[in-house]
Amino acid sequence: MASTSQQAHVSFDEERRTPLKRFQQFLHANPTTIPFIVLALSIALFSAIVGGRFFHPFNLSLVLQQVTIIAILGTAQTLIILTAGIDLSVGAIMVLSSVVMGRLAVLAGLPVPLAFMLGLLVGVACGLLNGFLVARLKLPPFIVTLGTWSIFGALNLWYSASQTIRQQEVAEAAPFLQFTGTAFNFLGARITLGSILMLIIAAFIWYLLNRTAFGRHVHATGDDPEAAKLAGINVTGTLIAVYTLAGFICSVAAWALIGRIGAISSISGATANLDSITAVVIGGTSLFGGRGSIIGTLVGALIVGVFRNGLALAGADSLWQEFAIGLLIIVAVAIDQWIRKVSA
Amino acid sequence: MNQTEQNTHAPVGVAPILQARNLVKRYGHVVAIDHAEFELYPGEILAVIGDNGAGKSSMIKALTGALRPDAGEILLEGRRVEFDSPLAARAAGIETVYQNLALSPALSIADNIFLGRERRSEGFLGKYFRKLDRDYMRKEARKHLNALGLLTIQNIDQPVETLSGGQRQGVAIARAVAFGSRVVIMDEPTAALGVKESRKVLDLILDVKRRGLPIVLISHNMPHVFEIADRIHIHRLGRRACVIRPQDYSMSDAVAIMTGAKEAPVH
Repeated sequence: MASTSQQAHVSFDEERRTPLKRFQQFLHANPTTIPFIVLALSIALFSAIVGGRFFHPFNLSLVLQQVTIIAILGTAQTLIILTAGIDLSVGAIMVLSSVVMGRLAVLAGLPVPLAFMLGLLVGVACGLLNGFLVARLKLPPFIVTLGTWSIFGALNLWYSASQTIRQQEVAEAAPFLQFTGTAFNFLGARITLGSILMLIIAAFIWYLLNRTAFGRHVHATGDDPEAAKLAGINVTGTLIAVYTLAGFICSVAAWALIGRIGAISSISGATANLDSITAVVIGGTSLFGGRGSIIGTLVGALIVGVFRNGLALAGADSLWQEFAIGLLIIVAVAIDQWIRKVSA
Repeated sequence: MNQTEQNTHAPVGVAPILQARNLVKRYGHVVAIDHAEFELYPGEILAVIGDNGAGKSSMIKALTGALRPDAGEILLEGRRVEFDSPLAARAAGIETVYQNLALSPALSIADNIFLGRERRSEGFLGKYFRKLDRDYMRKEARKHLNALGLLTIQNIDQPVETLSGGQRQGVAIARAVAFGSRVVIMDEPTAALGVKESRKVLDLILDVKRRGLPIVLISHNMPHVFEIADRIHIHRLGRRACVIRPQDYSMSDAVAIMTGAKEAPVH
């Protein structure tokens, strides 16, 4: 009986739906369509502005390398945003880990594998601290990671003494740290191992989110933490695990960062925070938690990369890159809000 | 008046499946549960009614492990149990359908039914990579919805947020029935529903009863309570005022006892 009345309601709504409403409902059911549309539009836009240069294999390789760091941090950010949190410290964790790896291996002369492991451990510890503050002390993620962003940044400046370890020094003492920069040719484009590493991490997190119970718990925690708790999910444990895993991924991103730049600097990766959040949000993951996808984040990272690269090719001052990324993130959040109104 | 001497219209010669004796819970000077008694018998629908603040939710929380009583005891099938969390009560076979349903809107029906109790694949992938057995969970979820006549919901992968209020209630009840081996407790299952959807949910509750599961129904809706309950536990001032049978009293009598306007019957 209830079902017939339900059907009656649905068909009633059907009659009043405008094409725009229908599009909104389609996007609500298929949120990953947006990033693909935006990616196609932005590629079309920039190829119109800068012409064939954009599609030059060398340039596409460059985009992919730029995207690698954003995408790895983006997968960490996706995990956190799915729990309705945010991590402003991903970039700072990455740089701190890279500095720890570099200084221990190159300047302190530690065995490279040990220095590398300690660098990863720093990332895990940073993530654990974020997770503890968010899940146990119940502090808002925005404030926690705003604070730890500053703290990790300061630790990084102190520990590195603001010195840069030059590419040559790293190559001599710890070539393993630059391993992710190793490139090979694929259809005329230079692909680095860092990009492969990105795909492996993304595949791993995709599996975790979509094929394991932990992934269901991450979604449920972000969707409605009270309901998740009543359903028997350990919400606190899930949150701590998510932040810790994100910290670990950031420290793996540090490896990709060293491979990409060659040198190790305390001031690299400055734009990584906002870029990763932009990639996640424009990739269709909701800032309100519970819904989103890793594939969307990869496409979102490509969009950010295309924007930065396209503007640079067009000869625009780099300040316009920041302008564009700022604009992108606001538009992405506005679209997210609009789509979410469907369920309300 | 000694509560144990009340006539609770208990079936003769049958032991209660879930019972509370002399439960007490104090918060400072406030006594939330004041030597409350409670009995649920196999196969029945026991409605629990009471004014706001009468302490019925405190008592239910004690029965479901959400609250630890200061004194008194809880017996499940005659054995004394102590639940230190809702999970412990669930593990003992007491399932609760919460008023807010405890469903995750963005997850699918199948995911919600198995939320917190996911099943892993057998073999290598499940053991070492913790892979979920999604086919099994889908199949089981469909089976449970089917058994309750809820297959108007066709797509088991549909997010719960796309369902109507009554359908969501149906999913929550199906989940409770799927895992509740001994008792199902329902908190205000029709409060958020329209007339037709309420009808459907009441039929569903009767269906669950026919499957042999005893049900505790907490509700403010007197017509619903009087329609489907076998016995009505009236809670007042932190304790059980009396247990009546719906055929012996009118709804206004029940409300009068509930609010203290009328003396609770002694025998």
